[in-house]
Amino acid sequence: MRYPFPVGAADFIQGDEAISRAAILAGCRFFAGYPITPASEIFEAMSLYMPLVDGVSIQMEDEIASLAAVIGASWAGAKSMTATSGPGFSLMMENLGYAIMTETPLVLVNVQRSGPSTGQPTLAAQGDIMQAIWGTHGDHSVIVLTPATVQEAFDMTIKAFNLAEKYRTPVILLTDAEVGHMRERVYAPNPDELELVYRKLPANEEESKYPFGDVHGDLVPPMPIFGKGHRTYVTGLTHDERGRPKTVESEIHEKLIKRIVEKIEKNKKDIIDYNVYELEDAEIAIVSFGIVARSAMRAVKELRKRGIKAGLLKLNVLWPFDFDLIESIAKKVEKIYVAEMNLGQLYHMVKEGSNGKAPVELISKIGGEIHTPQEIIERIEDDLR
Amino acid sequence: MYLKSSYEIRDKYLRKDMLPTIFCPGCGIGAVLQYTLRAIDDLGLNQDEIVWVSGIGCSSRVPGYVNFDGLHTTHGRALAFATGIKMANPNLKVIAFMGDGDAAAIGGNHLIHAIRRNLDITVILINNFTYGMTGGQVAPTTPKGLRGTTAPYGSFENPFDIAELAVAAGANYVARWSVFNYIQGINSIKKALQKKGFTLVEFLSQCPISFGRRNRLKTGTELIKWYQQITVPISKAKNMTPEELEGKVVIGEFVDRDRPSLVEEYEAYKKRAKKMMGWEE
Ligand SMILES: Cc1ncc(C[n+]2csc(CCOP(=O)(O)OP(=O)(O)O)c2C)c(N)n1
Ligand code: SF4
Repeated sequence: MRYPFPVGAADFIQGDEAISRAAILAGCRFFAGYPITPASEIFEAMSLYMPLVDGVSIQMEDEIASLAAVIGASWAGAKSMTATSGPGFSLMMENLGYAIMTETPLVLVNVQRSGPSTGQPTLAAQGDIMQAIWGTHGDHSVIVLTPATVQEAFDMTIKAFNLAEKYRTPVILLTDAEVGHMRERVYAPNPDELELVYRKLPANEEESKYPFGDVHGDLVPPMPIFGKGHRTYVTGLTHDERGRPKTVESEIHEKLIKRIVEKIEKNKKDIIDYNVYELEDAEIAIVSFGIVARSAMRAVKELRKRGIKAGLLKLNVLWPFDFDLIESIAKKVEKIYVAEMNLGQLYHMVKEGSNGKAPVELISKIGGEIHTPQEIIERIEDDLR
Repeated sequence: MYLKSSYEIRDKYLRKDMLPTIFCPGCGIGAVLQYTLRAIDDLGLNQDEIVWVSGIGCSSRVPGYVNFDGLHTTHGRALAFATGIKMANPNLKVIAFMGDGDAAAIGGNHLIHAIRRNLDITVILINNFTYGMTGGQVAPTTPKGLRGTTAPYGSFENPFDIAELAVAAGANYVARWSVFNYIQGINSIKKALQKKGFTLVEFLSQCPISFGRRNRLKTGTELIKWYQQITVPISKAKNMTPEELEGKVVIGEFVDRDRPSLVEEYEAYKKRAKKMMGWEE
């Protein structure tokens, strides 16, 4: 297979470009989108590459249609993706819920900008955490990954496709304008170096009769593909294991929703990913993610030099959330700081996780610029004074 | 036309475990479903290569009853989902079964853009002049002056003519019939299913429960009789004045042409891309 970009080599590219290349290497062959800053470059790169690899890239009439098309393509057998930013992400919430309910694997990239509304289109923010996790209506669960570097944007895109296929669920890649537009060195592996996951198909006719049944006991039903003679009916209504609408039976609703939530919750260990720096003997822990984690990392190094025992927990997955990990850190440190580019979203989860074992403070910044290491340092030093 | 018995059609194409349907007595959706299945049967199409898509509404429940692959999606979005299905696997034949509110109100934007692209799909549109499932609110098709729960004194808005809209937006085939015109209806669906690009067959379908009751047309039969009064064949309509056409609905074949379809255009686009990159001659 010929690729329209270098593989098995490093290149100096933008985060958005890295996401597109990684998607193609992950086997993505359908992209539908609607232009929006700062995510358009993903779409533009997809438009350049897709026809060359016999995939489809199509500009839909809006974001609602984009995610709809992506879901349709997934049921037709294609690994598929869309990319957007705040206003478009909000429009996608209805169909995100549909994808969760119908257990449709796909990747949804949100290159965050600052909001609410059209806000600051060209500037970075991390204000969509809660929307990513809880934005759609009803009880549900999703997977939310969050890269801090262009290389991570690349690697996590591949991981996003793998998790989507493995757990038959939409995966959100939650990045921001800073990572999306920044250029860094990225190594793109040779396709044969990659470990790719493909959705589990029904092994036999019997299995194909239960497209929403836990036939293997792993909470993830095999997914029939349209056109293979399975005659699968997919509905966003509450449905039984065969996919038949059952809208008033409380047990069926409970069973379905609990399984959809548990297939992610019970596989937390497999999904969750984080990095720790200097946390072993830390008295002060900073919890951060994405672009801000890089400033926080620098702040930790500097604080250590100044004799302050600081450490960093950099989250690479925002949902499922490791509340236990936070509690174990809270037990060891005197204080936890959460540095994020919003008025406090991750902060709430960390506070819940810390379970009163340590005080949790927010180092918030909004307006489009990321925290400088100095700002984080000053805040912590001020508190210690 | 030789007609197979309805039982034969039912046994061959419906999911028995899903019956009975949710449709009210006297509803026209079942009839249009039957026409569609008869068209598929007459053409001898492969059941495994057809996907039914729908949005939300009474009409949109149809894919649940037929033994095919089916995607019952969100309200108004069927054609957007269908775009993904068709483009990801052009070998599939896609049928969208839609309500008029679903297609023309919340889904209006998807409708005109799917037609503009000439997406290869057949839309079977149930026009019952109302929102059936939610209990009889006005639709973008409700004739002016007729009542719905959200316009209890008679609708004050101008209605859409979906068939005309589809012609203007560029569809390859558009026809409209009332449920009463079953032979023409089946023939139109057959034609639509055989063509590339966007094809749409609209049916005036009776909703006695949500629409009729509020407009002094209590039964399915009364509604069908009313359709007979208000419909005018397209050939006759050509010679009628706008005044004479006031309050009438034109039926017949509106357009039948062969503009290149989205799938064909994208195939050519891929070739062009590879050529421009010097990957292919
Ligand atoms: C986003 C959204 N808005 C509103 C609804 C409620 N709703 C369900 S069906 C329907 C209208 C159906 O009317 P129509 O499309 O004409 O189909 P019919 O029931 O008449 O066949 C509405 C408004 C919904 N399901 N989703
Ligand atoms: S409400 Fe109207 S459209 Fe819906 S099933 Fe009843 S009669 Fe048919």
